[in-house]
Parts: sequence; C-alpha cells; structure tokens
Amino acid sequence: MNTPDTSPPAPVLAAVGISKHFPGVQALDDVRLELLPGEVHALLGENGAGKSTLVRILAGIQQPDGGGMTLGGEPYRPADTAAAIRAGVQVVHQELNLLPNLTVAENLFLQNFPRRFGLVDRRELNRRAAELLAEVGLDISPRTKVERLGIAQMQLLEIARTLWQDCRVLVMDEPTATLTPRETERLFTLLRRITARGTAVLYISHHLEEVFEIGDRMTVFRNGRYVTTRDLADTDTAEVIRLMVGRDLQHEYPPYLPGEPGPELLRAEGLQPQDGQPVSFALRAGEVVGVAGLVGSGRTETVRALFGADRAVGGKVLVKGVPARLRTPRDAVRHGISLLTEDRKSQGLVLDMPLAANVTLTATHKVSWGGLLRRAEENRLAQHAVDSLAVRTPGVRHPVRTLSGGNQQKVVLGRWLLADTDVLMVDEPTRGIDVGARYEIHQQLVDLARAGKALLVVSSDLPELMGICDRILVFSRGRIAGEVPREEFDSSHILTLAYSGYVSAPASATLSSTDPAADASPADASAAERPTAEASATGTPADATSTNGDTR
Amino acid sequence: MTTSAALTRKPRSAALLARQVMGEAGIGIALLALVVVFAVAAPKFATSDNLTNIATEITLNTMLAVGMTFVILVGGIDLSVGSVMALSAVVAGPLLTAHGLSTPVAILLAVLVSALVGMGCGLVNGFVSERWRVPSFIITLGMLNVARGAALQYTNAKTVYDFPAGFSLFGTSTVLGIPTLFWIALAMVAVGHLVLTRTVFGRLVFAIGSNEEAVRLSGHRTSIVKVAVFVISGLTVGIAAVTYMARLNIASPILGSGYELSAIAAVVIGGASLSGGKGSMIGTLLGACLLGVLTNGLLLMGVSDFQRQMITGLVIMVAVVVDYYRGRLAARLPVEA
Ligand SMILES: Nc1ncnc2c1ncn2[C@@H]1O[C@H](COP(=O)(O)OP(=O)(O)OP(=O)(O)O)[C@@H](O)[C@H]1O
Ligand SMILES: [Mg+2]
Repeated sequence: MNTPDTSPPAPVLAAVGISKHFPGVQALDDVRLELLPGEVHALLGENGAGKSTLVRILAGIQQPDGGGMTLGGEPYRPADTAAAIRAGVQVVHQELNLLPNLTVAENLFLQNFPRRFGLVDRRELNRRAAELLAEVGLDISPRTKVERLGIAQMQLLEIARTLWQDCRVLVMDEPTATLTPRETERLFTLLRRITARGTAVLYISHHLEEVFEIGDRMTVFRNGRYVTTRDLADTDTAEVIRLMVGRDLQHEYPPYLPGEPGPELLRAEGLQPQDGQPVSFALRAGEVVGVAGLVGSGRTETVRALFGADRAVGGKVLVKGVPARLRTPRDAVRHGISLLTEDRKSQGLVLDMPLAANVTLTATHKVSWGGLLRRAEENRLAQHAVDSLAVRTPGVRHPVRTLSGGNQQKVVLGRWLLADTDVLMVDEPTRGIDVGARYEIHQQLVDLARAGKALLVVSSDLPELMGICDRILVFSRGRIAGEVPREEFDSSHILTLAYSGYVSAPASATLSSTDPAADASPADASAAERPTAEASATGTPADATSTNGDTR
Repeated sequence: MTTSAALTRKPRSAALLARQVMGEAGIGIALLALVVVFAVAAPKFATSDNLTNIATEITLNTMLAVGMTFVILVGGIDLSVGSVMALSAVVAGPLLTAHGLSTPVAILLAVLVSALVGMGCGLVNGFVSERWRVPSFIITLGMLNVARGAALQYTNAKTVYDFPAGFSLFGTSTVLGIPTLFWIALAMVAVGHLVLTRTVFGRLVFAIGSNEEAVRLSGHRTSIVKVAVFVISGLTVGIAAVTYMARLNIASPILGSGYELSAIAAVVIGGASLSGGKGSMIGTLLGACLLGVLTNGLLLMGVSDFQRQMITGLVIMVAVVVDYYRGRLAARLPVEA
C-alpha cells in the first residue's frame, strides 16, 4: 500500500480539467484523477455521475472537450482505442463487447492473433486461451462459441481479455456487477498480482464492500464534478455514500415487514431447462423469493425456461393452479408472468430507440388504441417511469444509448413495472445501480409483493437477497440445494448450500461435464471445494464480502 | 432521489434543425441541388412535360420501394419483387381482357388478383425464411427464379395485351397535372409512413431491426411481424404490377427484371441501413426521386446508357459513404424533444 503523505510517487496517469458535454448534459465538468503506480483506485459516484464517460476518454473512444492527461509523465491523448492500448491502457467496459459468433479463444486474442507462417496458429491460440481461462477461473473450452455463455462468464472473459497484455493502467468499469463472491475473490487475487507489478488499476463499482476490500484510494464524482480523492483507510461506507449522494442514507435495505402469503400464483414442477436439471418450486402472492447460487448454477437457465425464453425439455408449469404451456415469452406475459433478463444490452434494450419506446415495449396495449400509438400517453407513462425510478435523462425521447449504464438498467426495470404482471421475475435487477437508487428499487419490489404480486429475485448479491426476501432458494449445480426461510438467513449457511452440489458430486463426474457452456464454472470442482471446506472447518463465513485480503 | 443538476439546457431548435438536415432533409437538399444543376445544364429538364415524365418514370420504383423499406427495416431483403411483379401481371392481365366483364369490375378484379399473387409470394418468402431461419437473401433469390419461371410457364412465354381502352386511359390520366398513378404511389408512401411512425406494428418493425431478441423477450411475436413485412412487400408488388399494365398496356412474363435493385437502391439512398432498424418512408421517396431525376437529367444531357449506369452506381456508393458521416454527426446533435 502506498503512503501518500511521505513524498508520493509520481503518478502513472494524471488527468486534469477534463470536461465533456453531451446534448442536454454536462457529463464531466472539470474533473481530475490521479493514479499512482501499484494502487487500486476506486472511482465512485451515482448513476450518471460521469464515471464511464471518463473511462471512455481514457480508452480513446471519446475525446474530451477540455483538459489534459499525462501517462508516465508524457502527454496522453489517445485518438482511438488502438492508440490507448499501445500506450498501455487496458479497459474492461461496463457493457459487454464480445463477438457472439466467435469462439472464446478468438475473442480473447482478437487484438493480436498468434500466427505461424502468416496464418492463425489455432493450436497456440487455444492453448494460450486455456491458460487465461484458468487464471480467471472459467472452466470452459476455448472452442465454445461466446453466444452460449452466461453473462457472468462473458464478464470473466472480458476480464481475461485484458490480462495477457502488459499494461500500465488497467481500467475496470463494474467488472463484478454479475459475479458471485467466488469469482470476485479470484478477480481480487488477480488484481493484487497485477498491482504488485506496478500497474495502476482504476476500479469502478457500486458495491462498496468490494471497494473497501480491494481499493487503496478513491475518487468521488457527483453530477459530473470532482468531489474528492481520499485514502480508503481514512474513511468509511457512510462517509463515502454521503460524498457520492450528497446526503445520508439511513438504511441499506427497506424495513422488513412480514407479509401474509396469499394464494399460489405460479408453480414449476420438475421444470427442466435444456442441458439442465429438473427443479420444482412455487411462488405465492405477496412473497419476495430470492434465488441464490454460484455463476452457472442454473438460476438463469431455470427462469428463462419458465418464461419461455428458452425451451424447457420437461416439466410442468401451473399458473394459479391451472396447467399452462408457456412456450414463448408472449405466452408467459399473457399468463401474467414477466422476466427482467440479465443482460440489458443484448436482451433488453433497443438502444437506438427513445427511452419512451423502450419503457412501453411490453405494455404496448397501454399506449395504443386499435394498433395506433398514442404518443402523448406514451410520453406520460415514460415520464412517470423516469420520475419514479429517478432515471437521469434530458428527456424521454432521447435514445437509451445515451443513458449511463445504471440508468439503462432502470429503463428495463421500468418496462416490467409498467407491464404490471402478477408474477415478476427479475434476473440481477440492480446490476449497475448505485446505492441510493438501489434502495428505492428494493422498496418498489417489496411494495409490489405486499400489494399482492409474487416476486422472484435472482441475484449474485447475497446481502441484497437477504435484505429483501421472505425466503431464498439456493441453486447448486442446476438443482435447488435448499430453501432458507427468512428466520434462518445466514450467509455462510446459504453459501455452503450453494457449494454443496459441487462438493458432494465425485470430482471425475464434475470434470466430465458434457456441456461446457451451460455448466461452466460449476465444473471447477477443486476451486469450489476449498472455500466450503474452510467455512465448515473454521466456522467463519465463506462470504467473500466479509473476509478481507485473504490471498491464496 | 436527487434531481440531476447536470441536466442543463433543453435541446435548442437550431440544433434540432441541424439534425433534420442531417436526416431526411439531407437527401432532400441533395435532390434539390441535382434539380438545379440539371435545370441549368439541360434546357429541357425544367419543363412541366419533363417533370410529368419523371413522375411517370419513378412511379413503379416508388411503389416497390415502399414495400422494400419495410423488409429492409427488419433487416431483410426482397430480391424477388421484379419477378413476382411479372407473375402478378400475367396472372391478372388476362382478367382485363376477359369477355363479359364490365371494365370497372375487370379492373377491380385484376387489382385484387394481382395483389393476392404478390402477397402469396411474399407469404412464402416470409414464412420460409422465418420458419427455417433461412436468410431472406437466399429465399427471395429462390423466389426470383421461381416466380419468373412460373410467369413464363403460365403464359407460354407469350405477352398479354389488348387491354380495354378505359384501363389504359386511366393509366395515362393526370390529376392536377400529376399522373394519377404517381398519386397512387404517393398515397402508398403516405400510408407506409403512417404505419411506420404511428402504429404499434411500425414500432415493432423498427425495434426488431435493431434488437430482435429484446422484442421477443418483451413478449411480442416477432415472427408474425417479420412475415408480415414480406406480405406488405408482396402487396406493393401486386399494385405495381397493375400500374405497369395500365401504363404500358401489356403484361409480359419478362417484365420487371432488375427492378429489385432499383428499389433497394432507393431505400438505401433514402438513408436506410441494410442491417435493419434505421430508415424512413420519406427518405425512401426522396431516394426514388433522386434516382429518377438523375436518370432523366443525364439522359437529357445526352449521357450514354453505359455512362449513366456507372454514374447511378457511383451515386449509390456515395450515398452509403455520406450516410456513415451523417450517422457520426447526428450522434452529436440533440434528438427530437
Ligand atoms: N453518448 C452520449 N450522448 C449523450 N449523453 C451521454 C452520452 N454518454 C453519456 N451521456 C450522459 O452523460 C452522463 C454520464 O454518463 P456515464 O455513463 O459517464 O455515467 P456513469 O457514472 O458511468 O453511471 P453508471 O453508474 O450508471 O454507469 C449521463 O447523464 C449520460 O446520460
Ligand atoms: Mg457507467
């Protein structure tokens, strides 16, 4: 760790007076940032504070309106991404940028394929890819097509992509938004190794526990303006929130009010996703049910199969006690079931269409009359969504593409809130959403349940699930390993359940997993065993958010 | 929640105007410039006779381009329009000459049959490409040959003619100095524009062209929309087929070859993206006008056939390159408020 008070080392990267204006928005207004060699520097701020804008400027994607940067003492003004990479700045962006039709290995080395006699050396390519995948703990074949991966796996791939090249500055814009503690922990191990070489890491996250675990210093932006830079050791969560939001946040989660569960609204019996295991569970009106589990444990596959997004190969679904065939999302929506999918960019938004069109995309019947659109009504409903979710945008007719990541997430959420179905399933609902807005969204979800809807919340953020759910289903290796009622919520207990499927199964069986894509990380049995063993042996929670700096 | 102080001014009207200029208005300006150049360079260009001429010349292409716009907006392409037009014409044509039918009834029947043939072919195009996930490029290429062959087979390669006088009179009639048939084409553009901008269907067409999966996961039947655009294309082809017969008084099985390319060119010059999700009906109309004015003007200037073809091709290339810069510039300007 560095000691800034006694003659600080020269910064690797310094940016001063950076400004950036977009139509209707001053995204950055005279901000500065200084990265010291070997530090992990957290960049914090609310949704739309300008963090990703600065990242895009560092990466050469956008040019600042004003201000200047230096890299290693030299003036730095990258004209494009290639220039930034050449100068030694690697970036993991907030949204995924993989090519779905190419293989994992091809995506990893897109910038520079290993060659032999002028041709791509496939064997070398796959060998090096396998090494990188092992580093980030992704147990998939380098030959897998990226389109078959889940979002967390893609996220790990994005991270792995930056690791094989030496760089002076590594920027990570919300790398852990979809990762479970196991992957996050491994990422931190990697980051410590990278900083040990003197590389500076700029780390953006809305998960403050993570920031305190991995970060050395932090810089806070608010409304596009620079607020402060501090040592993280000299501050605490409450202060950081105050600096980011400009006010105190009383509670992290809405107060829990036990509800009276009503009639059963949805039941899955032996529902089996393709390449998955049959699962059974039921949702009742008035409940918030959480779904926990590791990356690749079958949570997303199950809700997608239930929603008709992917084909289910077996099982039954009962809606309000009546068997229903939900073969397409349309069937599901008509039966009063909705699903907020995990990747807003590829599965949620029509980026070039106005915010209003995106919000009303499901509830088209509410904004049309006999197939004719009612513009005024559409704008009104969209404005309502913007107000109630505090979406930061200059107007409802601005394309969603111009919104910040967290605000885009709110738009997709707004769509499903507007659709107003009896059962709402959400997959990583608060991905990329800042602490303040997260509270509001949790409050809305809980209110919906108390108003008689059934909610199913899939999340990799265990504290989130424990904060708002009535009970939690824990997935492990495609099965429901257990159900934990609110009275018994305990992160180590839930994590033990989440790992259980990988421990009890014989290692040989785990490794011979036939479908690497659908069952990816779980196959990593050896890694899964370790934390569980520790947890049960020492009795300390295996919850990554509470352990600190345990370098393996 | 905090209200955002960073949200400064509202988009100004000047900037809005600039955006318009970069959009459809840009093509309009190019068109206007072309008209001015030809008016100066070719004395006969700016006569009312010649303008009527141009309107007549672009009628068919405009009609076909209306349907093509829908198809291209969802990210598809319809290469079969020329051939299907021939098939529609040779099937509907003989009805016009049939004895025992009064002329209005015969015309009505011909329109109906022609439209049905066009829509039927469109349905096949759309269904096959959707059901078996065949790129529409391939299936419509197949249909291009099937329909042409069917037209030749059906007529034994003979041309149908001798249409009733009332019919051909209609084909050459004008309203307010503008050919009636061109009015019909304009009406089709207008309807197409309204459907695209004011209906849920139009909304879905654009959305599917940009992110089909998102639309499907929002609970819509994307397949129906994607089949429907081909049926719409077929409908415009059917109407164009009758228009062709009204104007030229014949229905030949070899008519319309290569028309698909002009229609695609009009849509692309009009600012549409071949990968879908971007384009407009007004742009398409302007694109068709631009092509028509170019052909006509060059002809009047005495430019040879071959050279004309080269220039038309160049214009298409330039349009695509200009579009690239237009997109980049437009990204910096405010959107509709
Ligand atoms: N291309 C663009 N056009 C217009 N406005 C933009 C564009 N890019 C960003 N903005 C605006 O700039 C502001 C800052 O966005 P930015 O993406 O930097 O936020 P962020 O801090 O990364 O937020 P989040 O935590 O939600 O990711 C937002 O108000 C956003 O709407
Ligand atoms: Mg961001």
